[in-house]
Amino acid sequence: MNIDSINNGIVIDHIKAGMAMKIYDFLELGALDCPVAIIKNAASPKLGKKDIIKIDSVLNVDLNALGYIDPTITINIIKDGVRVKKYHPELPEKITNIIRCKNPRCITSIEQELPHVFNLIDREKDEYRCMYCESKASL
Amino acid sequence: MRHITSITDLSTAEIDELIATAQDIIEQPQKYAEACSRKKLATLFYEPSTRTRLSFEAAMIELGGHVLGFSEAASSSAAKGESVADTVRTVCCYADIIAMRHPKEGAPTVASLHATVPVINAGDGGHNHPTQTLTDLLTIKMEKGRLSNLTVGLCGDLKFGRTVHSLITAMCRYPGVRFVLVSPEELKVPSYVKIPLKRDNVRYDQTTDLCSVLPELDILYMTRVQRERFFNEDDYIRLKDSYILTPEKLEYAKADLSILHPLPRVNEISVAIDQDPRACYFRQALYGKFIRMALILKLLEVTV
Ligand SMILES: [Zn+2]
Repeated sequence: MNIDSINNGIVIDHIKAGMAMKIYDFLELGALDCPVAIIKNAASPKLGKKDIIKIDSVLNVDLNALGYIDPTITINIIKDGVRVKKYHPELPEKITNIIRCKNPRCITSIEQELPHVFNLIDREKDEYRCMYCESKASL
Repeated sequence: MRHITSITDLSTAEIDELIATAQDIIEQPQKYAEACSRKKLATLFYEPSTRTRLSFEAAMIELGGHVLGFSEAASSSAAKGESVADTVRTVCCYADIIAMRHPKEGAPTVASLHATVPVINAGDGGHNHPTQTLTDLLTIKMEKGRLSNLTVGLCGDLKFGRTVHSLITAMCRYPGVRFVLVSPEELKVPSYVKIPLKRDNVRYDQTTDLCSVLPELDILYMTRVQRERFFNEDDYIRLKDSYILTPEKLEYAKADLSILHPLPRVNEISVAIDQDPRACYFRQALYGKFIRMALILKLLEVTV
């Protein structure tokens, strides 16, 4: 794949420098067959340095959940070599099994089967809390 | 169908309604004696809490209902590794309402997601204990005749004391309430508890000195200062006596002060005070039964 251009896929831009691998892991890009490019520490007028991820495939995942990891990122959807959509991820009301509750007193610490669900409490502050123990979410 | 996992599940109007029902039960208990006949309460206690369990069971029995359940994890299916969800699904086949105590935070929420009958949180670790808060509110209402226009002192461990946090959350809904927060520096109320106070412009003062504020208080809510909350023994020994209520200190207090305590007490209230009419903590335990009766009636949608 030419890193500059992809035909049908997603370009995740304006990732805070150093966060690309976190997003790579979160989207489980390691499991994909298609070409994936990670560009680290690219020059950015806005951020100084930024990371970029290019995926040459149409992914069937909710990219809004990325908003929790880094709300400043830009998602570009590419179709037939043309950018058809550009947006910032919007914080979802609820995120399931993306982050784990770290509270050792939480019921999720002893019941492995439970989904780890966090509810959006404060959109301005990007604050999520565990639906069981109400602990603040942290990556 | 409703579940109660936190005091915030109830609106102020609903809390007032529960208190009114409890007061009616106190006045004419015979009216309610058969209200829940043939209904069954399951008390699922994954950790022992005899006081809370007996209060729930007495409440159901006085409504003419029956009780079943377990009083510690070792004697339950949890000891065999069964999940809360599976236990609750099974119990729903036998019971009409569940009261659950669990050492892990959020376990009653898990139960409520799988239950086909109402679930009441009877305490989940250090997290929520809504029937304790309802008990505290009924006690204040019974002793003072109102929940508004009161100066409420909270004394002891205000950092980890969940009963204190949810009492603040519940009482700041009423007009004219002022809080006086009395604790050692190490055990001050965490900032997130103060958010509703700041938001609603509720007056509160913080101090480390109980004696200096005692004359202003209408209510004094005592909690235990536990040894394990301190980094070193010296701090604990230095501080613990300042937060023990004695007859000498009580001389500074109003004649109609109401002293509350969620119990069990260790040494933070001198036994010499027990005979003082201002000591409400044993009456508080009795009120706990009546408010639980009111809550069971509400959740079972029984009208008397
Ligand atoms: Zn949790």
